[in-house]
Amino acid sequence: MSEEKNITFIITRQDDPNSQPYEETFEIPYRNNMNVISALMEIRRNPVNAEGKTTTPVYWDMGCLEEVCGACSMIINGKPRQSCTALVDQLDQPIRLEPMSTFPINRDLAVDRNRMFDSLKKVKAWVPIDGTHDLGPGPKMPESKRQWAYELSKCMTCGVCLEACPNVNSKSDFIGPAALSQVRLFNSHPTGAMNKSERLQTIMDAEGIMGCGNAQNCVESCPKGIPLTTSIASLYRDTAIESFKSFFGSDQRV
Amino acid sequence: MAGSRGYVNRRLHSLLGVVPIGIFLIQHLTVNFFATRGPEAFNAAAHFMESLPYRYVLEIFIIFLPLLFHSIYGVYIAFTAKSNLKNFGYFRNYMFMLQRFTGIITLIFIAWHVWETRIAIGFGWADLNYQLMEGILTDPFFFWFYIVGVISTTFHFSNGLWSFFVSWGITVSPRSQRIMTYVSIIVFVAISYVGVRTLIQFAYGV
Repeated sequence: MSEEKNITFIITRQDDPNSQPYEETFEIPYRNNMNVISALMEIRRNPVNAEGKTTTPVYWDMGCLEEVCGACSMIINGKPRQSCTALVDQLDQPIRLEPMSTFPINRDLAVDRNRMFDSLKKVKAWVPIDGTHDLGPGPKMPESKRQWAYELSKCMTCGVCLEACPNVNSKSDFIGPAALSQVRLFNSHPTGAMNKSERLQTIMDAEGIMGCGNAQNCVESCPKGIPLTTSIASLYRDTAIESFKSFFGSDQRV
Repeated sequence: MAGSRGYVNRRLHSLLGVVPIGIFLIQHLTVNFFATRGPEAFNAAAHFMESLPYRYVLEIFIIFLPLLFHSIYGVYIAFTAKSNLKNFGYFRNYMFMLQRFTGIITLIFIAWHVWETRIAIGFGWADLNYQLMEGILTDPFFFWFYIVGVISTTFHFSNGLWSFFVSWGITVSPRSQRIMTYVSIIVFVAISYVGVRTLIQFAYGV
């Protein structure tokens, strides 16, 4: 065997939600085709840091390991992305891992993305069909619309767009691009459109659509290539029309 | 209007930046451009603007109130953003931060400019004529202060026009937004020329 090659990781760690973060360096043996998660698993198997001291294993979240669940997002060399598709061969060394900063930290690299799920509940990101009897098949959707709506449905609530957004921070309550794009998705659905006005009204706020500052980092960063800024611009149009329609009070509600 | 107070404030902020403030900016730069035809032409144009009927109503409702709202709410918006250019050095992100930065510069510039001209004239400390601006701009410090102020203002307006087209749902597709970027660059270059050319006229008489 050829000489052993090591890879260096500098990991920002935090023992619990309230303690101070600190950095710890790890040297781990290189294997072919490693991704960041397999490297983290190696650290977990042998939790010894670069100084040779035994430490606690680094904690992180993961699920599908194929970039569809969104659980393993973290900041890798400055960019938020999924650690499962971050291949070690394509990363500059030393590899720096940090937890995403817009979310509360549970431990080490694992963050609490609950605010995103709360936003989805707030905007009613679903098609309400529950009832006491069978409603029969819903209306059909044009193929051209289905194609772009499918792109929006790829969102996995990973949090990368919120991390990239300069307007999502501790000083603002902006819900971020992900939930807004879901409003467009469910408003485009023929049955979901029955609650279109309601969804638009919920995002007509500085926390909603108006929190956007058009920096467009979200669309540059989205791992699924979702046209987030197109969704937001489309919602700007929809909310503008919604407010013109109800400028002197809505005729739909009296 | 439907929506919360935050929604109405943001919509108003976006609207006022273009109508009436943006329109006033272009009108103001255009009237000042008369200076390039000599002091008499400038004085005649300035006198015409000064003697418009119900001038105070026009000034209050077209200039001062919209400007106050736009600037005070704008400072709030500017300070709720968190710069992340280091890790996200994309063109639009630079524009986003520059929009906030030039907003603050423009506010400082306009506050000084209004104090030195409109307020001074109002109190009778100065007269509205070519010599007033010539006196200010022949000082090299103030010449450069005005250059920075005017370019910051024209940038803030041009880039704001781009955001205005997005915020009101006019440019939705990436292609239309890209075309609007080129349009806003042309607007920026054109009105910056008008502004800077006038400043050079006052400062150097050429």
